[in-house]
Amino acid sequence: MQELQQILDQALQQFAVISDEAELEQVKAKYLGKEGSLTVLLKGLGKLSAEERPAAGARINQVKQGIEAALQQRRDALQQNKLEQKLAAEALDVTLPGRGLGTGGLHPVTRTLERIEQLFHSLGFATASGPEIERDFYNFTALNIPENHPARAMHDTFYIDPQHVLRTHTSPVQVRYMETHQPPLKIIAPGRVYRCDSDVTHSPMFHQVEGLWIAEEVSFAMLKGVLADFMQQFFEREDLAVRFRPSFFPFTEPSAEMDIACVMCNGTGCRVCSHTGWLEVLGSGMVHPNVLKHVNIDSEKYLGFAFGLGVERLAMLRYGVNDLRLFYESDLRFLKQFN
Amino acid sequence: MKFSENWLRTWVNPELSSEALAHALTMAGLEVEALEAVAPAFDNVVVAEVLEVVKHPNADRLNVCQVNVGETQPLTIVCGAANVAAGVKVPCARIGAVLPGDFAIKQAKVRNVESFGMLCSEKELGLAEESQGLWLLPADAPVGKTLREYLELDDKLFTLKLTPNRSDCSGMVGVAREVAALAGSPLKPLEIQIQPVTLSEQLPVQVADAQACPLYCGRLVRGVNAAAPTPTWMLRRLERSGLRGISAVVDITNYVMLEMGQPLHAFDMAQLSGGISVRKARNGEGLTLLNEQAVVLDEEVLVIADDARALALAGIMGGQGSGVETATRDVFLESAFFNPDAIAGKARRFGLATDSSFRFERGVDFAATRQALERATQLLLEICGGSAGAITEVRGELPQRAAITLRRSRVARVLGIALDNIQIATLLKRLQLDFVVKGDDFSVMPPSFRFDLSIEADLIEELARLYGYDNIPAQAPQAALNMLPYSESQRPLARIQQTLVARDYQEIVSYAFVEEQVERELCGNEHPVALQNPIASNLSVMRSSLIGGLVGALRFNLNRRQTRVRLFEAGACFAKVNDEYVQSQQLSGLAYGATLPEQWGAAAKSVDFYDVKADIEALFAPQLLRFVAATHPALHPGRSAQIYCGAQAVGWIGELHPRWQQQYDMAQPAVWFEVELGALTRAAVPHMSEIAKSLPVRRDLAVVVDEAVAAQTLLDAMQQVVAPYVAEVALFDVYRGKGVEQGKKSLAFRVLLQDTQKTLTESEIETSIALLVDMLQQHGAQLRM
Repeated sequence: MQELQQILDQALQQFAVISDEAELEQVKAKYLGKEGSLTVLLKGLGKLSAEERPAAGARINQVKQGIEAALQQRRDALQQNKLEQKLAAEALDVTLPGRGLGTGGLHPVTRTLERIEQLFHSLGFATASGPEIERDFYNFTALNIPENHPARAMHDTFYIDPQHVLRTHTSPVQVRYMETHQPPLKIIAPGRVYRCDSDVTHSPMFHQVEGLWIAEEVSFAMLKGVLADFMQQFFEREDLAVRFRPSFFPFTEPSAEMDIACVMCNGTGCRVCSHTGWLEVLGSGMVHPNVLKHVNIDSEKYLGFAFGLGVERLAMLRYGVNDLRLFYESDLRFLKQFN
Repeated sequence: MKFSENWLRTWVNPELSSEALAHALTMAGLEVEALEAVAPAFDNVVVAEVLEVVKHPNADRLNVCQVNVGETQPLTIVCGAANVAAGVKVPCARIGAVLPGDFAIKQAKVRNVESFGMLCSEKELGLAEESQGLWLLPADAPVGKTLREYLELDDKLFTLKLTPNRSDCSGMVGVAREVAALAGSPLKPLEIQIQPVTLSEQLPVQVADAQACPLYCGRLVRGVNAAAPTPTWMLRRLERSGLRGISAVVDITNYVMLEMGQPLHAFDMAQLSGGISVRKARNGEGLTLLNEQAVVLDEEVLVIADDARALALAGIMGGQGSGVETATRDVFLESAFFNPDAIAGKARRFGLATDSSFRFERGVDFAATRQALERATQLLLEICGGSAGAITEVRGELPQRAAITLRRSRVARVLGIALDNIQIATLLKRLQLDFVVKGDDFSVMPPSFRFDLSIEADLIEELARLYGYDNIPAQAPQAALNMLPYSESQRPLARIQQTLVARDYQEIVSYAFVEEQVERELCGNEHPVALQNPIASNLSVMRSSLIGGLVGALRFNLNRRQTRVRLFEAGACFAKVNDEYVQSQQLSGLAYGATLPEQWGAAAKSVDFYDVKADIEALFAPQLLRFVAATHPALHPGRSAQIYCGAQAVGWIGELHPRWQQQYDMAQPAVWFEVELGALTRAAVPHMSEIAKSLPVRRDLAVVVDEAVAAQTLLDAMQQVVAPYVAEVALFDVYRGKGVEQGKKSLAFRVLLQDTQKTLTESEIETSIALLVDMLQQHGAQLRM
């Protein structure tokens, strides 16, 4: 008995110091192998009497299980250890940059256009488009701007030939759309427009969004409601103050210029708003009966309002861009700021 | 329109501050562009006379002056100005004065001499940027009077940004009428005295074109002193309206134009031969204008002429050699109404924009044309003397003013607010519009001074304007709700743009006009759509491709030390086909520099044809494309292809030609593509097909072919074979080098075979593969073992 306890103690001691799996298996053989000390004892059981045998066998088995358990425990520990070493060796520098392609980005004007379109789509405005080389008729005459009207001089028109111009505004899309669609109708027309003028605040090419709503029940009060709502949503400022001033556009009557409180100084006056506290952002008005007459819409039955806004102007105010020309220089250091 | 506030207030003087008045005008559609003080704030500055000048005992450059400021005792003032002298009249800042820049004048000892004030220059009073010495005032300046009072410096300048419809406000009478309407203040009318006719002569006037000139008034005034000085009050008002004083007669005509909005012209009788005629110019007729510009006229242009020659461009500008000089004794004064249609656009044709053409092309009050002549005569006789003949008036068909019906119900519908009859009547009265009420309708007579009022909508705007746009409530729209259509077979542009963004391209927006050379060289376009009036020679033609803008943007960024540039743009391109302008929407991109951003763990590799090809394939997926070698003026002839989507050519891809790469100073080749946006936005709505139950079998085929054989040729050939179960053939490797003969290449194809119902047997597979191999061999390919 004494002997059994010694074997167990010795085995446990030996296992505890082994750090190699192969060695562990060799030492295991010393106890449990064919010639192992415990195997020898088990073989010796036959020499015992039938009465002694069960108890002695049970004791040996008990020790054997103890050794096997210790062995398994040691094996697990060694494996665990090995795994940990492997994992430690495999560790990455997670701070190294990721690999592969970068991402590009949209132009700030596109970004602004998408925003404008989304807001008007939510009110049910569909998007329409028209040509950029436009017939003089659509750009002017059909919009109640006859030849030699002083308003034409205000437009600084690029001419292709006597009948064709680069459209000076997106308003001709109104006419083209009304020619082919029956009221009620509700559209916006985003696009490039051209004016023969270039300096810090004027570009020979820029973007406008035209809006048109023709129905039996639209009014100047509704025009005010829609446009005020739009500006407040666009700038995400529910308290944004707006005002409407009488103005003149040949294709609307009454006409209104819309100002918003300067978003740079909150209306207190700064360089951007020329110290007036207000920014002119949009022209609008009730569609002139002559325009409706051109497209055979009964101006007694239908009323309409229209507006035109400058996309770059809104983008500049929204993103704090201080020079219009930056939009067309394609400088990556500028463009990437909007990604 | 620029004017002095004090002048305006002689007609209408509402209890409004300058700022409140400006705001009221702006909110009524007469935008006040600028409101500025005539002089900065200062006080205690008076007109003084220098009585005596004595050298300062302790300073070489200073003088001790005795100065009369209108009190019994003169003031002793030390002055350093070089132009100080006994007898001059100058502004004197008295003790207690505060000059611009918060400069307070105190009693001071200057080198031991007490000084009791300061003699001032214009600069010190903030009235000039620079000045040389003291401001010498006229000899008749009243000593002791404050300078502000004497020069009427407590005045402000209004600048109106007039819209083309409000020509009535290009005269003070009109502005005053508007202010009276806005403020509800009484309006003092302009009193015009009819001058007695003391001269029996009249100049014959003939109007050959009564359509263009329906009213012409003229009169002869003999014996004027054209050299008489223009009165200070008139000069001051002219100057404050931005007009320079020229000579008494010219100043008078300008003054009446500012006052009444009616442009006038004065001829020197001595320079005229015979009578006046208003006629169309003759083709090729010449005229040298007052600004020395020589113009050649034609029958489109209306002129004022005498029997010998054209004297003036009617309603635009006078000519040289017939205008009034200081020596002029006899004057012919003209006040006419020219039809806006006859003047509109004419000034611009000759590059002119005059005060006169500005007014006539917008419309002048023809009811005041004759009065303006009376007014000018009155001023002329007062200032220059002389005796006036009777007015010659030639009258044709003046514009008809028809009554406009204004319906109360329509006002409510258009504006969205209900105004009652009393409100409408009150507003119309304030506007000086005559009307008759019939139930809820008003019959309104538009006055001769309001050219912009001709239909009901015009009157509704007038009501809204006066009522105040701000007082009309903003109303949320109410309408029947309809969903917008949303087609699934149209891919939105935004998604296409997003695909390129995800593949590391940056969007740009470039001008749609480019240099002609760019179109010729990069697009081979000898006949681009050209602008008649380009803003610059390098922006003279419309682009037929987006390549010019992209290459320009690439160069811009390379010059700013960018080494990897990937750009795209979507926009219209232009061409003229059979006399029609064709505008197609294109999408174009350019990649330059490394395929990947510089990074660890990935070898640097320059972007090439195949990198960009993959981008295009991704853009079009799931549509399949074919790339056919083809040449393009911008591209490397061996590295360019035309892109086909089905049978339709939809674009180009290729490396920039080495010639352009060198010309544009690029270290590496750029790869460019351009495709029609229309081909990209088409998208089929997906329809599911059965998924195979068995797994596919893969066989690889490696063949050796001549370099000249395109991979597509072999792929197409295999496509032709009716080989059962072949589900996909794709190229997966290209090899050159050891084991492959020079001038040849090895291509490896992956073949996937599959049956939807059963697992294929080895012999079925082999039969199909053998068919493919046979076809490859027919195309000169040798199977590689």
